Amino acid sequence: MKDAHHKGEGHQEGHGTVYKYGMVINLDKCTGCGACMVACMAENNIPFRKEDTNDRLTQNFWMRVYKISNGGSFPDNDICYLPRPCMHCEGHGHHNRTPCVTVCPAVATDYNHETGIVSQIYTRCFGCRYCMAACPYHVRVFNWWDPKWPEGMEEYLNPDVSPRMRGVVEKCSFCFHRLQRARNKAYSEDRREVHEDEYQTACTQACPAGAITFGDLTNPEHKVYELKKTPNAFRLLEVLGTNPKVYYTSSRAWVRKAADVYVGKEGSGVTHT
Amino acid sequence: MFDSALIPKGVKRCSFAKFFIWVLILHIPVLIGTVAAILCWGLALNQTYLNNNFPFGLWIAADLGIIALGGGAFFTGFLRYVINIKELKNIVNYAVVIGVICYAAAQGILAIDIGQPIRGWFIFWHANVHSMLTEVAFCIMAYFMVLCVEYLPLLLENRQIFKFSVPRSFAHHLHEAMPTIAAIGVFLSCFHQGSLGGVAGVLYGRPFAYREGFLVWPWTFFLFILSAMACGPCFTILITKITEFFAKKKLVKKSVVGILAKISGGLTTLYVLLKIIDTLGWFGLVKEAGAPVKSFYANQPYGWWVLVMEVIILGAIPALLLLNKKTRENEPILILACVLNCAGIVMNRWIMTVQALAIPVMPFDKFVSYHPNWVEWATTLLPLWVGAIVIMLSYRYLPIFPQERELNPY
Repeated sequence: MKDAHHKGEGHQEGHGTVYKYGMVINLDKCTGCGACMVACMAENNIPFRKEDTNDRLTQNFWMRVYKISNGGSFPDNDICYLPRPCMHCEGHGHHNRTPCVTVCPAVATDYNHETGIVSQIYTRCFGCRYCMAACPYHVRVFNWWDPKWPEGMEEYLNPDVSPRMRGVVEKCSFCFHRLQRARNKAYSEDRREVHEDEYQTACTQACPAGAITFGDLTNPEHKVYELKKTPNAFRLLEVLGTNPKVYYTSSRAWVRKAADVYVGKEGSGVTHT
Repeated sequence: MFDSALIPKGVKRCSFAKFFIWVLILHIPVLIGTVAAILCWGLALNQTYLNNNFPFGLWIAADLGIIALGGGAFFTGFLRYVINIKELKNIVNYAVVIGVICYAAAQGILAIDIGQPIRGWFIFWHANVHSMLTEVAFCIMAYFMVLCVEYLPLLLENRQIFKFSVPRSFAHHLHEAMPTIAAIGVFLSCFHQGSLGGVAGVLYGRPFAYREGFLVWPWTFFLFILSAMACGPCFTILITKITEFFAKKKLVKKSVVGILAKISGGLTTLYVLLKIIDTLGWFGLVKEAGAPVKSFYANQPYGWWVLVMEVIILGAIPALLLLNKKTRENEPILILACVLNCAGIVMNRWIMTVQALAIPVMPFDKFVSYHPNWVEWATTLLPLWVGAIVIMLSYRYLPIFPQERELNPY
């Protein structure tokens, strides 16, 4: 193993090096095209039902794009598209725990301290849905139906990701299988470090506007390290103390206000579709 | 009578034909509930109106409610065997029967609610000690076993079984051990009643449900224990009165019911006071975090009326009715107070589960309402009908009410 770990905020803990993978999403660039959602569904073998295409309450989206509006009338009306993957919360301070992880009665979800990724063990989950109740971002979805794809489409499923059975909870994994693949490649090349471009999520690569940036938030060599520090950066529901690893940036004040407080104090008048 | 040899001596029961027809009639809703349960198991939970916004719905709210109502078993046992209030021996048997039904019902509903029922045992095998739900599962399972042990001597006291020396002696020994068994039951009950409160209270991502607390236990942990102790006896009284109505005779003396009602009144008063303090504390907590309290009550049907209904109409009013000797001793008012008290607790459990999920958390979240469908209602009501059959069988063949002969000489 030749490469030493970067000298950023990361540190050695136990036997492994600590990374904190995260995202910075530039909301000024997002056009709401939905390519990230499609890429996510294709990459992660997310089933869909023709009948439920528009039912956001039962449809499984790991990545969902919200359309929010400032509620103003023409010509002051403004809209913003907000892609929302799993926040991979770390928790901090008084809430030194991920909201969904500690509540799971069967340890079917876990916070990986080496990567900062919140995982979901589908074969362990028995579908109590307590984690869904714990997540304020509606990130977790339940398989209300047996997973089915249109005829012939099974041939195109990603062999690196197991399809989930009905009756279990699933969610965005930051395309963890891609990290595993990148790690394997690095090990085969006698490296410990996974380069920034070797591990990118499907949504990041699919975004035609380049609105999503992904990397190790603690590594100064990764773009996200600086981006998350920009003055316009914020996180969803910061006030709750969930400590998410997904950051957003926007030059528009109303967008920032609409996302970093809850239940309407500053975001009053904000609507979504 | 066809089954007269099985009926306890010195008491009167209706004809077997009448009994059989009633049991048969009750099997109709049982059948509907069973079909609904089979639909859920066979075709998955898409048969319900639950969705990704409402992972918890009628089932979980009913589960929490049933467990609180069944709290009469552990609390009456505590009063009878640990505090040693002798008069309560005349109602403790029935409290146990009601408890067995409630806890069996709660587990049955959970078996339908989970997405992968075959993996239900994972909660014990892969237990996460940090999860409130794990504590709930272990304690409910253990306490259900305790309740079964408490119910066993009653079964063994059936006239035909009691003839044999082995079951008679076993029942006697179980009676002897009852204070210890009751004490274990109290310990387990306090934990799972509290943990059910903790289920909502620890959700710091849901400001409506989240509460601060003492060590690892949010305040809801303690409120749930207290509320179960307060309303459990009321439910026992209520079911006793319903049984008396159908049996067309007195089964428990007024003085015995009066003791339970008085204790329940005191505890409900204390609970309502603490609930008000808790609510005011929560107002402060969310205000400090930057959210106006009114925003939590901005979406119908979950307006301010819910809070008023829960705390005043279904909390303070029954508490006062039960505290006051005059109103407590008036049977219709006593029944009304018990109904209000039980409804208040069930409403509280609905609020802490369903309403907590309904309140939007992200500013751009849309409020979505939830109404259970017939599958959820049929399965939730299933234990009610099964419970009625169990009560009918227990009442007919077991000496549940020690005062029945004295109150109804013939």
